[in-house]
Order: sequence, then structure tokens, then C-alpha cells
Amino acid sequence: MGFRESLDSGKFLITAEIGPIKGTEIDGLLEDARLIKEKVDAINVTDLQSSVMRLGSMAVCHLLKDLGVDPILQMTCRDRNRLALQSDLLSAWVLGIRNVLVLTGDHPTLGDHPQAMPVFDLDSVSLLKVIGRLNEGFDMAGNQLKGAPNFFPGAVVNPGANTETALEMQIIKMEKKIEAGARFFQTQGIFDLDLFERFMKRIEGFKTKVLGGIILLKSAGMARFMNKNVAGVFVPETLIKEMETTKDKVKTSVEIAARLIKGLKDLCQGVHIMAIGWEKRIPMLLEETGL
Amino acid sequence: MIVAEIKPFEEIKDMLKDYKKVLIVGCGSCVTVCLSGGERQVELLASALRMARKIEGNEITVGERTILRQCDPEFIDQIKDEATQYEAILSMACGAGIQGIAKRFGSITALPAMNTRFIGVSDGQGKWVEVCVACGDCILYKTGGICPVARCAKSLINGPCGGSQGGLCEVSRDNPCVWEEIYSRLLKLNLLHFLKEISPARTRPVHPRKVVREDLRLKEEQTKGV
Repeated sequence: MGFRESLDSGKFLITAEIGPIKGTEIDGLLEDARLIKEKVDAINVTDLQSSVMRLGSMAVCHLLKDLGVDPILQMTCRDRNRLALQSDLLSAWVLGIRNVLVLTGDHPTLGDHPQAMPVFDLDSVSLLKVIGRLNEGFDMAGNQLKGAPNFFPGAVVNPGANTETALEMQIIKMEKKIEAGARFFQTQGIFDLDLFERFMKRIEGFKTKVLGGIILLKSAGMARFMNKNVAGVFVPETLIKEMETTKDKVKTSVEIAARLIKGLKDLCQGVHIMAIGWEKRIPMLLEETGL
Repeated sequence: MIVAEIKPFEEIKDMLKDYKKVLIVGCGSCVTVCLSGGERQVELLASALRMARKIEGNEITVGERTILRQCDPEFIDQIKDEATQYEAILSMACGAGIQGIAKRFGSITALPAMNTRFIGVSDGQGKWVEVCVACGDCILYKTGGICPVARCAKSLINGPCGGSQGGLCEVSRDNPCVWEEIYSRLLKLNLLHFLKEISPARTRPVHPRKVVREDLRLKEEQTKGV
């Protein structure tokens, strides 16, 4: 069963994320995918995450497809104009890629080529609309396609936006993304279940599915770094303490993530695990959660 | 106004190294207001150049003039007689001003003393910020009079990106997320419905842009199709 069908079936979904490396050595990446492919419903492949130049999402998605994984192509608006975005979508489709996750993208100044031109010709909302048009058999200019894709489009939302105004705007934009065709949402990493529960109450009635984000903590330092530098991520002090005092960081990290996943089970329709290099621990984590 | 900054002195000096007679021309409009290319700055730059070249044993004659608008041929004509006495004109106007000078005096080299930065406003003493990118399709009625095209690092028009932290932009923590300001303003104006509407992708301008006003054109030019 593919990701789309699994989501429609109503089962609690698990997706994971793989970040391509800088370079061409893909063995490790494929090894990770092989290890987790039976445990997850789909694997996202990030698109030059953190604006760092790397191997592309489309090629890796294609390789995952060959392994029998249903990949989710992450597509940002940072590097391509509307011509390139549409063309890449058609290319992805003919390579067997069926799911697309649309994001604005980090600004190039945050990455390793800060001099690069930021494109943002389209934004996440307009890109979702374009996917809808392509699915109907037309490009953005209204020209008819010879053979149309049938993508399953998704988007992101940041339930932990840390000002009242920022959160209101996340919700307004989420509604616009749904209107523009987003069928599912994957969220930023969640560490505070109460906060997330309030968010889910707030969007009750929105016709979409939400996969709550899970980030595997590697250390107390990483948690503090994220609190300071990653928008929408807030790791409570109690969890940081747990990571700080543990003798077995992996075990504690997995325990924390497992607790969060169990908590999310009753709140949303699935989880999206961002292991950030600890992909090999995903099977252990899922075993711990009983999923 | 157009906000411009004077180039580093060394760069200007290097540009002028092969010239002995230079006329510095200031502009009395935007760059006077943003204190970078008006009469006072012409005077200071002229003295600095004379002094630097004297120290190098390579003296230079520097003339000083400031006209009201370098982007307007009518005002440029005011220096036409004086200009011919110089090898080069060092313009202290924006990019439009210096190009007006270059066009008017084809046989005299026009050199830029300034870097033109943006269309902006003063933001306190000694600070200017960009507020307009002259996109040609104003949406300010929908955004509470605050332009996200100019003031969001990603020029997003459908709301913020999710990268802001504590109300500050992911690109520079010195900048507030402009969408937070837009939201607050629209809330105050009871116009939040604009934020909920999907804004279509913008049409990108093709350079060079032109404005043609038929009602203002001369009859003979209209028939010639100029």
C-alpha cells in the first residue's frame, strides 16, 4: 500500500526523513533506507536542507523507489523559478515519484552558498496550486499537458510558532495551503504535547491529515542549540535534563521519542520522524512504541 | 527616496587616478535628504581628494557643483558650459542621476561616487531601510500599508514562512518578521480577511521597464511611434 492509500485508510502513519549528503557516496543513505523501509509508510527526502548544496531530492527519491519505498519529494521554492519547478515535477512523476511536500525553503544566507540568488518566484501556496493544475492536465500558463501527473501534495506547518501572532499566521497559512490543495501536513518537531494538543484543537475541522514531527535528540547540547536556533522547536528543560544525566544517550533519546509518539497517537493521524543521522535507530524506536 | 551610499574613498581615488581635472556633481534630491550626495558631501569629498592627491605628489583640480536633480535633463543643462572644462565628472547621485550625466555629456567620462542601495525611508538617526522594490503591482491595500515584497527576505505574499523566531526574521535577527507587523496592523484595521485570501504568484518585471503616457506625449512622436 502506498503512502496515499495508507493515509486514506485511516491507519496511524509513520514517515521518516532522509537528508541527502554532500557528494555522491550514496551507500550509507541507501543502507539506512533499507533498514527502515519495512517499518515506515513513506520516506521524505529533503531538498538542500538548511540551504546547503547537496545531492538532490529527486534523484534520491528515484533510488528509494527502486528499493520499494514510496518516497515523498520535498520541494522548496528557494532555488527554482516556476519553469524549473513545473519541469521538475513532471520529471519526478515520470521517475515514479507520487508524493510531494511543498515548502518555502530556508533562505540561502543560512547555508553554505550565502551569495546565491534567492528565487522564491512562487511561494508554498502558489506551488500547491500549480501542482493541482498539473494534476488537471495544465501548466501554470494554462497550456495543456500531453499526459498529466497525479501527485499527492502535502505541506508543512509549525505548531510551535512561539509568538501568538506567528501561530495565528501559521494557522491562516495552513488554511490557505489546504485551499490550494495540500492533502496532508508534516509538522516541525514536537516536544510539548500539551502545546500540540492545543494546536490540534485549534485546527479541528480542517479537512486534512496531520503527521506530528518527531526529532531524535542526540544530546542536551543539541536540544539547547535547537531551542536557540531552530524556529518552532522548543525542548522543555525536563527533557534536556534527562539527556544530560543519562549514561546511555541513545536509549534515553529513543525513550523520549517513544513517549512523544505514544502521546501523539491520540492527537493526530501519524508521525514524521526526523532522525537527522540516527536513521538506524528508527526500528528500535518503533519497537519501543509498539508500532 | 532613493537611498545611496558613498563608495569607499580608496575606490573613488583609484577610479580617478588617471584624471587631472574632475568636476564633482552632487544631487539636491534624494541623496541630499539621506545625507550622502548633497552639497555638503560634495565639498567634503572634493577636499579629501585634493588632499590625498597632493600628498601623493599628483595634484588634481576638483570642481564642485550641486544641481537639484541629476535625473532631469533640464537641471543637468545648468552645468553644460562648466562640464566641458573637465576630463571627468564624478557624480554623487543615484544610478539614474549619473546615467543622465553620462548621456548628456557623451564625450566626458561619468564616474560613480555612490552605490545606489534601495528605495527607502529614514529609520532613526543615521539609519535607512528599504520599503519598496518598485515591483509595479502594488498590494499595500491588502497588507496594511506594509510591503512584504520589499520587507520579507523571501518576498512572500501569502504569509510568513515559519522561520521566524520570537517575531524575528530567520535571515537577520535584527529584523522583525514583517508578517507579524502586517498581521498586527490588519488586526487593528479590522482587515484580517485580506490575509486569508490567496494572493496569486506575481508577474516578474522585464527590464528595462518603461512607462508610456500617451496623454503626455508629443503628437509627432506618437505618429512616428517613437
